[in-house]
Amino acid sequence: MNEPTTGRGAPVLEVSDLNVTFRGGVKAVRGVSYRLDRGEILGIVGESGSGKSVTSLAVMGLLPEGAEVSGSVRLHGRELIGAPEEELTRLRGKGIGMIFQDPLSAFTPVYTIGDQIAEAVRVHQKVSGDAAAKRAVELLDLVGIPHPHARAKAFPHEFSGGMRQRAMIAMAIANDPDVLICDEPTTALDVTIQAQVLEVLKTAQRETGAAIVMITHDLGVVAGLADRVLVMYAGKPVELGAVDEIYYRPRMPYTMGLLASIPRMDRPTARLIPIEGNPPSPAALPPGCPFAPRCPLKVDACDDAEPELERIGAGGRMAACIRAHEIDLKDLDGADVYPVPEPPAEAEEPGPREERETVLQVGDLIRHYPLMKGAVFKRRVGTVYAVDGISFDVREGETLALVGESGCGKTTTLQQIMQLSAPQGGTVVVLGKDSAKLAKAERRGLRQDLQIVFQDPMAALDPRMPVGDILAEPLRAHGRKDAKAVKSRVAELLTLVGLAPEHAERYPQHFSGGQRQRIGIARALALEPKLVVLDEPVSALDVSIQAGVINLLEDLKVRLGLSYLFVAHDLSVVRHIADRVAVMYLGKIAEIGEVDEVYGAPAHPYTRALLSAIPLPDPEKERTRTRILLEGDLPSPADPPSGCRFRTRCPKRALLGEPEARRCAEEEPSVVRLASGADHGAACHYPEGVEAVPAPRP
Amino acid sequence: MRSKIVLARMLRNPQSRYGLLALALLLLLAYAGPFLGPHDWTDKDFLAFMEPPSFDEDGHWWGTTQIGQDVYAVTLRGMQKSIVIGFLVALFSTGLAALVGATAGYVGGWVDKALMWATDLLLVLPSFLIIAIVSPRLKGGSWLWFVVLLALFSWMITSRMVRSMTLSLREREFVAAARYMGIPAWKIILRHILPNISSLLIIDATLNVSAAIIGEAALSFFGFGIQPPDVSLGTLIADGSAKAIGYPWLFAFPAGLLVLLVLSVNLVGDGLRDALDPGSNQ
Repeated sequence: MNEPTTGRGAPVLEVSDLNVTFRGGVKAVRGVSYRLDRGEILGIVGESGSGKSVTSLAVMGLLPEGAEVSGSVRLHGRELIGAPEEELTRLRGKGIGMIFQDPLSAFTPVYTIGDQIAEAVRVHQKVSGDAAAKRAVELLDLVGIPHPHARAKAFPHEFSGGMRQRAMIAMAIANDPDVLICDEPTTALDVTIQAQVLEVLKTAQRETGAAIVMITHDLGVVAGLADRVLVMYAGKPVELGAVDEIYYRPRMPYTMGLLASIPRMDRPTARLIPIEGNPPSPAALPPGCPFAPRCPLKVDACDDAEPELERIGAGGRMAACIRAHEIDLKDLDGADVYPVPEPPAEAEEPGPREERETVLQVGDLIRHYPLMKGAVFKRRVGTVYAVDGISFDVREGETLALVGESGCGKTTTLQQIMQLSAPQGGTVVVLGKDSAKLAKAERRGLRQDLQIVFQDPMAALDPRMPVGDILAEPLRAHGRKDAKAVKSRVAELLTLVGLAPEHAERYPQHFSGGQRQRIGIARALALEPKLVVLDEPVSALDVSIQAGVINLLEDLKVRLGLSYLFVAHDLSVVRHIADRVAVMYLGKIAEIGEVDEVYGAPAHPYTRALLSAIPLPDPEKERTRTRILLEGDLPSPADPPSGCRFRTRCPKRALLGEPEARRCAEEEPSVVRLASGADHGAACHYPEGVEAVPAPRP
Repeated sequence: MRSKIVLARMLRNPQSRYGLLALALLLLLAYAGPFLGPHDWTDKDFLAFMEPPSFDEDGHWWGTTQIGQDVYAVTLRGMQKSIVIGFLVALFSTGLAALVGATAGYVGGWVDKALMWATDLLLVLPSFLIIAIVSPRLKGGSWLWFVVLLALFSWMITSRMVRSMTLSLREREFVAAARYMGIPAWKIILRHILPNISSLLIIDATLNVSAAIIGEAALSFFGFGIQPPDVSLGTLIADGSAKAIGYPWLFAFPAGLLVLLVLSVNLVGDGLRDALDPGSNQ
């Protein structure tokens, strides 16, 4: 992994001045050049629409008809652009392997995984069917799939997401390719699974010696994996250099802003630094530097011409900025350059937690779904324990974050709260009113105080409704019919979330993702609620946009005295925004408490694993930290393990003696307040930091 | 606000402007035209059978039929009927399809089962036979019954499509958002579900206009529907088509008006569809 970054001998892959233009003159990629040496890992980072995926598709020759590609791509000195299709087909899979983001659509659903990998082997190698099948099993074993013999006969839908991605890696390395192109290979996966898959990727690289092009938007993933990093913006490479140089001494204002805008789990800051504005549309690029409209260091000369990548300082680092030398000389970083937004005026010091009003009280909430089988005569064959007895409360002016991997029951919990009807079991008390005992009119009234912001800002806004109507809907639904008052309130709301009142006449699709999420937030605030439920409000947004929305949420909370119930899977964001955090696992709360206490001294082994699985955007820390890798996947919520639900994957249980381990299997732990913390509880028989059990070191 | 924006967008689109203009002119022709012509549609000119069009004083502008009727007057009279039938059937059947499909898809459960059962039942019944059996009993009643019958047998397939689109729309977050706002189901259907499938509904309605006019002709041909001496565009085209070669004016005028009518409805429909769809470029 740590081979010298300056090339010795011929590069494996050399891309120079690659340009891709789509029909209608949309320039998706403009002048990308890089070289990849043997065994090297190059990270390509950029936000959505920056052209990073198109670049790699162009390298593979997989762009759709009508895309114009110019420039040169050389694999071992052989030109690929304009090569005949047969030659490219021979190279794909053999010379270059590719790993896609969505492994479900990358496999054919009607063939077994083993057959598909064997097919990949036989396409490029002259071997018998038996030998190919044997090789497939070997490959599955290599990528860490348990019982590879049996699993090779399984169909893609029988694999979990993480397993499918492993199988995808197995298929990509089946013919020992020289280059592996990974396009967001872990974006669709949970953090603990992501950590596993990244580990497999490293193994695969060690085994094959392939060079890897790692395309991602996650700066944390790249920090731990890549040797060199290429940053792309608006279809153009804007900075290229060794990973440490890019992360510790970025010289292009965009990279600086990107790094400064990430919420850091290891280094919590008071305010995030957003990059103002939005990336330019590739159809209408500004005349000069495409980043100039958003750049805090912009001077008049920036609009004259687009800067080319040029060498900065010693070594192989390049940046495309006319002021890069100046930045280098002064050794500026993102925090120096970007204006730190004003912190919201702290209203008044909130009283101690116990004295504040309880806005939401959830007690022993249970939601089970029946598992039905049969087409005509449905019969119940089991139960999905989606939410299985969780309790928490949210006090006034506080943010409680609910975190956990997909399938842990976060969203079900939210739905149960939002429905304001009697739950299957347990209680939901909103502002002192029990949802099970509400009369119809009371429930309607309570809806004013309880609002929700959804994850996907595209799906959450009716595409056929002008923004003005979207914002007016909750107002009209709750009896504010006066057209003039509604109109002025809509204008007020738009201003509140940083949009202009005249935006009311546009449709949601005319806005960027971040702006749409602001509209979603404005709708939630229309009725001046007391509690806002946020369902992954920033996870669909790009990093530079995300920071602005997080800041907005923080400001609104202080200004309007809101309480948030914040559901997220991104623990860095949670650390930044939340006061308290509840970690969920398989429908149960594993750990709950003050953010600083939970992050500072996680007591539940699951929390520890989650925290250690998060990639940090810091190459040095990434290299030195030890990861607690969890084994296997999340068990099915239809068939949770007996006793402690985490015991099947628990790294700590392996270190326990026989009698102690039996307790995990027999007795279900409940959330117990820990003696060490003021507001900290964990559902573990042997919580960390209480007994003298040595920390697990995998 | 939405209706205002949609209207503005529609008027900005030249296609729908021309469509609206053409439609207005055709309506004007159908309802004001008979007053301009020198003959009434019930008049029979026994001195002129099968006369070609002439522009003499008191002549027959579009010629005459074999019993001496003035083609101009008769065609416009038929057009009045056909416009009413076409538009009412389209409105009624598409509206029914939208309401039944969206309600079944949105509400689900036994409501869905019952509505879809009724839809499937109507789908398998031979509609032509039923109309044939029922229409003699309606003789003497209003011809509006005919509209109801035509509409009743033409909404089912669209309704099934609407239902399946509603099923996927129902899961979208903006519907959940409306529900959590405390908006009742019927308002969600009207405000969120139907506008999002309006492209389908508008295309369906414009197709229904022409289908109803032609369908009415087919039924009339077999002796159901509009009966002589009353006329419709459909009956005129059916009568004229046999003599189209020798006496083209009997066929060309009603057929031409039908084509113009359907074309302008299509233009308006396309314009409305584009105006409702924020994704279309204008």
